[in-house]
Amino acid sequence: MSKPHVIIIGAGFTGVATAHDLALRGCQVTVVERGDICNGTSGRTHGLLHSGGRYAVKDKESAIECIEENQILRRIVPQVIEPNGGLFIALDDSDLSYAEQFIAGCEECGIPLEELTPQQALTLEPNLNPRLLAAFLIPDATFDPLRLALAFAATARHNGAQFRTYAEVETLLMDGQGNVTGVRILDRAANRHEDLHADMVVNATGAWAGQITAMAGLDAPVHPTPGIMVAYDQRLVQRAVNRLNEPGDGDIVLPQRRMVVVGTTSFTAENVDYIPVTEDQVQLMLERGSELIPAIRNARPRGIYMATRPLVGSGSGRSMARTFKCFDHKETHNIEGLVTITGGKATTMRAMAEKTADVVCAKLGIQTPCTTRETPLLSYRQYYTLSNQEKHYA
Amino acid sequence: MPEQWTLTLRLYRQKANEAPRYDTFTLQVNPDEYVLDAVERVWAFHDRSLCFRHACHHSTCGACGMRVNGVEKLTCITPLRAVTQNGAVLTIEPLRNFPIVSDLVVDMGDLYRKMERVNARAVLPVTEAEIEHPASTWNPEDAQYLRLSDCLECGLCISACPVAATTAAYLGPAPLAAIQDQGMRRHPELLPLADSEDGVWRCHSAFECTAVCPSFVDPARRIMDLRRQVVGAKLRQVFGK
Ligand SMILES: Cc1cc2nc3c(=O)[nH]c(=O)nc-3n(C[C@H](O)[C@H](O)[C@H](O)COP(=O)(O)OP(=O)(O)OC[C@H]3O[C@@H](n4cnc5c(N)ncnc54)[C@H](O)[C@@H]3O)c2cc1C
Ligand code: SF4
Ligand code: FES
Repeated sequence: MSKPHVIIIGAGFTGVATAHDLALRGCQVTVVERGDICNGTSGRTHGLLHSGGRYAVKDKESAIECIEENQILRRIVPQVIEPNGGLFIALDDSDLSYAEQFIAGCEECGIPLEELTPQQALTLEPNLNPRLLAAFLIPDATFDPLRLALAFAATARHNGAQFRTYAEVETLLMDGQGNVTGVRILDRAANRHEDLHADMVVNATGAWAGQITAMAGLDAPVHPTPGIMVAYDQRLVQRAVNRLNEPGDGDIVLPQRRMVVVGTTSFTAENVDYIPVTEDQVQLMLERGSELIPAIRNARPRGIYMATRPLVGSGSGRSMARTFKCFDHKETHNIEGLVTITGGKATTMRAMAEKTADVVCAKLGIQTPCTTRETPLLSYRQYYTLSNQEKHYA
Repeated sequence: MPEQWTLTLRLYRQKANEAPRYDTFTLQVNPDEYVLDAVERVWAFHDRSLCFRHACHHSTCGACGMRVNGVEKLTCITPLRAVTQNGAVLTIEPLRNFPIVSDLVVDMGDLYRKMERVNARAVLPVTEAEIEHPASTWNPEDAQYLRLSDCLECGLCISACPVAATTAAYLGPAPLAAIQDQGMRRHPELLPLADSEDGVWRCHSAFECTAVCPSFVDPARRIMDLRRQVVGAKLRQVFGK
């Protein structure tokens, strides 16, 4: 019997990780992506490999997912990670009063935590606000977003997955009884339409997931929730620095290459294809970021950008859970052949893929278990050196 | 209200089996936006068939290199104000010395193949990263902290290099800089590559690579330094030290 064919729409973190998982389980995989790898939300991620500390008080399910996946990604893809840990620091009484819940939450979620004196924290990170009142060390890390995705994509490609980039899904192919049998794409590099057939289509289009499900006449409960980030031109810390409090605006500063990046905000958007930067949000990042690291005021902005979270479920903004959901549309709307995966975060990409691949494999009658926890990823560069079907011309 | 400019983007276009052409788009822009934002705006609101590469939008991924008025730029950190003026035409073209995939997208597989061949470090101890600013003095124990290396593998240096334009066999600035970064003493196995006809000796010291490098790698200086290292390593071989 030939391998079952699965089409994945979207080559953000979710799509590439799902391609990797399904390729290992013996599916023939085709990823269709309208731009290049990571051109959507994933490329523009802040870059924190969460330890879970941020969610340990209010969203324990996410926090536990984060600490587990943080440890796994450090093992399987060290080539894209700055593994230097993170600090949560208190600057005022409100922060201090959050400490007790924070310690309890981290303990409950299995997040290793070490309390430092302000002096110890300043020895580790001399650019911290010298007025800090308390500090906790946790296993945060930072990553390069594109390379993280490319490492998954390279390994998937090595295991036979095909990547069709610059291929925009225009419609879903249906069998006349409301079931999905493939996709019609516009190959934007060749300027040509093409029909691709599959045994299963996975919708991994993040904030755009609702546009794909609408092609089958379905709603998806995705709430596009953008936020801003500002990269400054000095590497002022070696670790992630978080404000010890409930998640809020501009309360994380990350080192990356020669920069620090301050993020982020959380608001709702209509058109997710282009979200303009607003001056007040840039100002807010400077104010909030320099509370944590005063020297940011002496640095210059190098890159200012927006990205859109694909949050799922009810509620709004920061109160919405950061966990992910996988919908089998056979169960939700009696439509066979389409699975939607959305929500979550970069840190949990592998777990999201495992859950999705479990659903897809169960539907296709594949019994092979998931092995992505133990499989080291190939070099991100091999995504390009293993180049598959794209034709070039000069 | 932010300042508004009227700008005409003149974009290189090419699809499979079609002759190249330039398309123009006139936009209202905020001059503090980046060149990449203007290109993305063309895609979002004017022409969905436009192909361009981008991911991080803050100079960490190396995907967005293009030629802007003939000069290689990382477009996500190049403010419009820095390269043009109100009412002007801004020409945007793909990088040179790579095959074109479509429009502004090139195939950089050759660069990645070479970076793999020289085993370029993707992460390294912070103490070895030659950071000039902020001036930091490292303690020995800081070597446990790792950071992503400066080279974004963006290909700007290859596009600007007059020698890379004449032969694809030349290793090129970024891969040679990556050998220098590892050092001949610690990595003598890289000597034959560095010392080969397509290695350090092919460089004509045009310094174009350093002029366009957006990420402080300074490949020209590193190539000069690698020449010295290569000579030293060969002397050590001769004298058996
Ligand atoms: C401001 C912000 C900061 C964040 N910071 C962090 C962080 O520090 N750490 C962390 O772990 N997580 C972070 N996240 C979360 C994380 O970035 C996202 O959860 C993740 O990137 C979502 O990935 P995705 O693959 O689901 O979506 P995307 O990356 O958006 O991928 C969807 C893809 O689908 C493609 N697509 C859409 N429509 C079509 C079509 N019709 N045909 C073909 N392709 C199509 C798009 O081009 C896109 O590439 C952050 C999110 C935001 C918004
Ligand atoms: S050396 Fe500089 S210009 Fe060349 S690829 Fe690396 S970052 Fe880009
Ligand atoms: S988009 Fe990543 S470097 Fe410009």
